[in-house]
Amino acid sequence: MDSSLLANLQLGFGVALAGTNILYCLIGVMLGTLIGVLPGIGPVATIAMLLPATFVLPPVSALIMLAGIYYGASYGGSTTAILVNLPGEVSSVVTCLDGYQMARQGHAGKALAIAAIGSFFAGTVATILVAAFAPPLAELALKFGPSDYFSLMVLGLIAAVVLAHGSLIKAVAMIVLGLLVGLIGTDVNSGIARYNFGLPELIDGVGIGPIAMGVFGFGEIIRNLEHGQKRDVFVKRVTGLMPTWTDLKMSFWPIVRGTTLGSMLGILPGGGPILGSFSAYTLEKKLAKDPSRFGKGAIEGVAAPESANNAAAQTSFVPLLTLGIPSNPVMALMIGAMIIHGIQPGPQIMTANPELFWGMIASMWVGNLLLVVLNLPMIGMWVKLLTLEYRFLYPAILLFCCIGVYSINNAWMDVLLAAGFGLIGYVFGKLDCEAAPLLLGFVLGPMMEENLRRALLLSRGDPAVFVTRPISATLLVIAALLLVIVLTPSVRKKREETFVEDV
Amino acid sequence: MKHLIKNPRDFWAGVMFLAAGGLFAGIALTYKLGTAARMGPGFFPFFLGAILAGLGLAISISALRPKNAGPTVDKFHWGPIFWVLMPIIVFGVMLKILGMIVMGLMVVIVSSLGSEDFKLRPTVYLAVGLVIFCSLVFVGGLHLPIPLCPGFELFDKFAVCRA
Repeated sequence: MDSSLLANLQLGFGVALAGTNILYCLIGVMLGTLIGVLPGIGPVATIAMLLPATFVLPPVSALIMLAGIYYGASYGGSTTAILVNLPGEVSSVVTCLDGYQMARQGHAGKALAIAAIGSFFAGTVATILVAAFAPPLAELALKFGPSDYFSLMVLGLIAAVVLAHGSLIKAVAMIVLGLLVGLIGTDVNSGIARYNFGLPELIDGVGIGPIAMGVFGFGEIIRNLEHGQKRDVFVKRVTGLMPTWTDLKMSFWPIVRGTTLGSMLGILPGGGPILGSFSAYTLEKKLAKDPSRFGKGAIEGVAAPESANNAAAQTSFVPLLTLGIPSNPVMALMIGAMIIHGIQPGPQIMTANPELFWGMIASMWVGNLLLVVLNLPMIGMWVKLLTLEYRFLYPAILLFCCIGVYSINNAWMDVLLAAGFGLIGYVFGKLDCEAAPLLLGFVLGPMMEENLRRALLLSRGDPAVFVTRPISATLLVIAALLLVIVLTPSVRKKREETFVEDV
Repeated sequence: MKHLIKNPRDFWAGVMFLAAGGLFAGIALTYKLGTAARMGPGFFPFFLGAILAGLGLAISISALRPKNAGPTVDKFHWGPIFWVLMPIIVFGVMLKILGMIVMGLMVVIVSSLGSEDFKLRPTVYLAVGLVIFCSLVFVGGLHLPIPLCPGFELFDKFAVCRA
């Protein structure tokens, strides 16, 4: 296994380091950092926006670039967290607590450097973990029948809402709504167009682009405008990027622990970078000799969550690459991107498309290296960008989104749909409904129907097939257990606490 | 009525799910349902719609219980909604007729009106700069099939305008 792992990684690095691919990786991580630094636009809307721009690229380069945007954004997000006390991305919310305090005490450079070093360490470890764990998991998944697949998706969706924050039942409802929206368009078996309301433009269904851009882009912009955005940049110039030996010694174990925790939580659907960073911070605070230092500029409070969110960002590719199941909205978009590029997501990617599979994994490490090497020296530029006013930013985002959403299919209807989903996304926000489960459901809708149909066709309509097949039964039992655990009062309280952590 | 709703955000979210679920399930009934072994196009959406409606009902009912009390729904700000969504819709409808140059300027300038501190001059500079950038990068560089300027039947005579 070890020698094949090396051979596979060699293949991957061959792909990732090929001239153009390293360039697209660089573009991806740079764009990612940029949107991580800029307020009001996240990786979901950016990836949706740039989908059409990747049409001219070969699939490997396209996915390498889009993946780069994702983990690049978490780097950029921590920069804003440390320098302006505003998390650029949700996953860097906890970094604000101690990172900003460090900056106020004049240690901004140190905080940024530790965040970068921790992230790089985490990225390296997580890349190796993905390379080691993905193949056996994909092999296992190849044995799955339709009923197993259906149960796996149920488990994935349940896990996604259990680990996310907010009301559980509303999240489940959002998933079901997403599944239904995913069914809009022609039914593959009967050829009947469903829910198109007589519109020929909807016969092919609703694209993931309009939904992602509407809900995560336009809806977000409207919300930002009603609050009015004010940000004070505390640090004008960043100096002292080199951490001292003591700093490194103090952050070493937090980085290791954060990486471990983040890697594990990242693999779970719905866990991902957000949960990773929150729990890593909580863990450090519990382990610390003097917990009162936290919140006042403790370097461990930056090192651990930053390592955790980056590790989780990498390992959340595992369910995508091995099972074809998205664990978060960005992964849902990656599935959309794969389908657009003619790649069927699922366990067969590894055997059918080894260059893509290993190239993407290797590119994650390359991307992390690029981020460390390029971003620390460029910190001055990012600081300048922080001062960019929102009133100039959002019209630009809107224009890019309009062009992006139109270009996916050359369809004016998509632009109108995106506007409609923008309004819907705004309403969701008002009613405290998380939009992420909607996107997961949307991507899985058609796949779930197809597998349910096949499973029941094979069993001649007997639903017992889901509990008599061992794999399927196990998955459903795990899903049920998860629900039961989360609904027990003590865990329920704990779950709510994990996400508050003095924020 | 109003005092009965202890958690308005949950209550209205439930109503929304109930309505959406009912709509999807109702329409699904017009398709062939089929049997479990041979599912028609209406089978899966009907059951999902019914589940969604059920969840919606449960959410709304639990919002009536005093122990689930929660904050009111913040008021809708129609200004930002209008200034953000209106230019997008116009862009979608008019792009093929008027082209990206005109529509790009329109999107940037009109949407800027939604900001509290709108100033005309910098906005115009921004709009012109962005349109030039988009034309060069997206149309010139990436060859996205966006009409720059109407090259269509209607304006075919104005050859100057064709990109």
